[in-house]
Amino acid sequence: MNASKLTAPATGRPARAHRPTVKAVSLLSAVLLVMAAAYLMMGETMYDPVTAWLALWGSGTEDGTMIVQSLRAPRLVVALLVGASLALSGAILQAIIRNPLAAPDVVGITGGASFGAVIFITAFAGTVGIRLLPVAAIIGAVCAAALVYVLAWKRGVSSLRLVLVGIGLSSLLSAGVSFMLAFSPVYSATSAYIWLTGTIYGSSWEHVWTLMPWTAVLGIAVYFHTRTIQAQLLGDELAAGIGSAVQRHRLLLVLLCVGLAGSAVSIGGAIGFVGLIAPHVARRLVGPVMNRVLPVSALFGAIVVAAADLIGRTVFLPLDIPVGVFTSAIGAPFFIYLLYRSRNRG
Amino acid sequence: MEINTKINVYRSAGLLASGVLLLASIVSSICFGFIAISWKDMLASFTSYDETVMDQVIVRTARLPRAMIAAAVGASLALAGAVLQSVTRNPLASPSVLGINAGASVAVVAAITVLGIRESEALMWFAFGGAAMAAAMVYALGSLGGEGLSPLKIILAGAALTALFSSVTQGMLAHNENGLQEVLFWLTGSVAGRTTEMLLPSLPYMAVGIVLALVLSRHWNVIAMGEESAKGLGQHLSFVKAAAGVIVILLAGSAVAVAGPIGLVGIIVPHIARRFSGMDYRWLLPFSALIGATLLVLADLAARFINYPIEIPVGVMTAALGAPFFIYIARKERAKE
Repeated sequence: MNASKLTAPATGRPARAHRPTVKAVSLLSAVLLVMAAAYLMMGETMYDPVTAWLALWGSGTEDGTMIVQSLRAPRLVVALLVGASLALSGAILQAIIRNPLAAPDVVGITGGASFGAVIFITAFAGTVGIRLLPVAAIIGAVCAAALVYVLAWKRGVSSLRLVLVGIGLSSLLSAGVSFMLAFSPVYSATSAYIWLTGTIYGSSWEHVWTLMPWTAVLGIAVYFHTRTIQAQLLGDELAAGIGSAVQRHRLLLVLLCVGLAGSAVSIGGAIGFVGLIAPHVARRLVGPVMNRVLPVSALFGAIVVAAADLIGRTVFLPLDIPVGVFTSAIGAPFFIYLLYRSRNRG
Repeated sequence: MEINTKINVYRSAGLLASGVLLLASIVSSICFGFIAISWKDMLASFTSYDETVMDQVIVRTARLPRAMIAAAVGASLALAGAVLQSVTRNPLASPSVLGINAGASVAVVAAITVLGIRESEALMWFAFGGAAMAAAMVYALGSLGGEGLSPLKIILAGAALTALFSSVTQGMLAHNENGLQEVLFWLTGSVAGRTTEMLLPSLPYMAVGIVLALVLSRHWNVIAMGEESAKGLGQHLSFVKAAAGVIVILLAGSAVAVAGPIGLVGIIVPHIARRFSGMDYRWLLPFSALIGATLLVLADLAARFINYPIEIPVGVMTAALGAPFFIYIARKERAKE
């Protein structure tokens, strides 16, 4: 029980709520609500709030119900789930590796998930339901993560080597994906390619029900392991000193992280850089303590993906630009900014 | 002195051997494929071309251009990689890793999908522009602050730039389903189905890049020792860096314009060449050019047979070779520090 003392701010129930956290959570929730409302109202056909609200519950016009209830609402939910999963996955990874540059896409986890999913799509196209797609993606992600970890191992894993090996493996995996795509029938190549960019175009409730259980179960598991994640941040020796089974916990956390990223990629495709940005913003808002960082990152990730998708499908009408284009357009410069800030270290 | 000449004799012999190897691989690239071509027909197509003989037409219109393009692109990418590795003093540097190929591709795809340009000569200028943009961004990142980014962080910056460019490329392609397959094949890097007319506009620029790279060999030797030493030896750093930038843009830009972004040739080849030539860039560069050309010709030949009769894009082949190599170098280099 020493653990709870040493990491008191992380785990002990604080007497008063941490004010920046309360502020951040309420602000982000408000943004989320406004954006969700805008998401349901805006698009090729615009609705006023009342019509949209009625349509959402199926009591509006037939067209409105069709558009809001079966097109926009599931897509919004998928955006939120994917964003939250990627953000949580990134936050966990950054804690395990203790490096702010880590993100599921940087270390090759997303590449592995994409490869698994593309094999699933091209090999079993149409014969097996999409409910199994997350399984294929997660298997791919686990394999990639294991491979990166093994290849980066050399008397311990240095985080920079992990990132470099991740880059190398990612380029191999993306060549594998192009290989699969170049030889699949045209229609599935096109859809798979758009999906690879990261898109939630055409999400249905089927997608929601496919993704929801994974996000829910893994999210709850993360909630119960907040302390473990916090302990990882202390470094191996200190964490062992406070009684954390460092290696065993790390394996568990890697599985959580890979599961979240893999399931998100299986539905939303390789939406880049969300897992990188969200934890940074969260730390900036509420400080480094994990039980605050995790929920704030999840909220922020959900907002980013939904907002990027809203822009993608409204600003360039009649085009529907894949959401991944926007997250990368924001994320890549941000990554470079992080490099710039850390230029005098390591 | 005598030892030196002896080494140089060995090196010359090595160069000669690489040249013979390149020639042999070009000949096999012409002869082997979906239709095997006898070697008499191949010779005849050069000496006494007869349009009525099918095999000779194949040699003239398909196989020879393809082998030539592979050789030219391989040599260009390998030299660009060697020059980058010298200037950045980073064994992982290459046009694909630093995002320069991705920059050229994004410009070409923009020209095709947004502006509807199809002429290969115009596309080449877009490739140069894109390569220049990416090179400028990497350079700006590399010289941030006093010390600049550490060599390894430049790789990370290159990866981020690649991600940025390729997401823009994908965004433009996502809504252009006509010809997606065609562009997709180009985007994985391929030398198949290309005619001599596509190589000819780029060839002068490749040649200029290759000659410049070879002529400035001494400077790559000096800058590879570190900027401080290079300055101490009286080198004009800004001149050498600018020259390196121009060479890389010419070589990588024209290679991408002809064959698409073929990855990871530029990283492997200089390391192989170093085995034969040592660290001296005056020898390293010719070796790199010959080995790069041979490697791509052979990779293209292998790509025809791995999934016979369907051809694999050669970019997939080079990625399959290059990525493990990249990981190997990354492991080795970090161990040294």
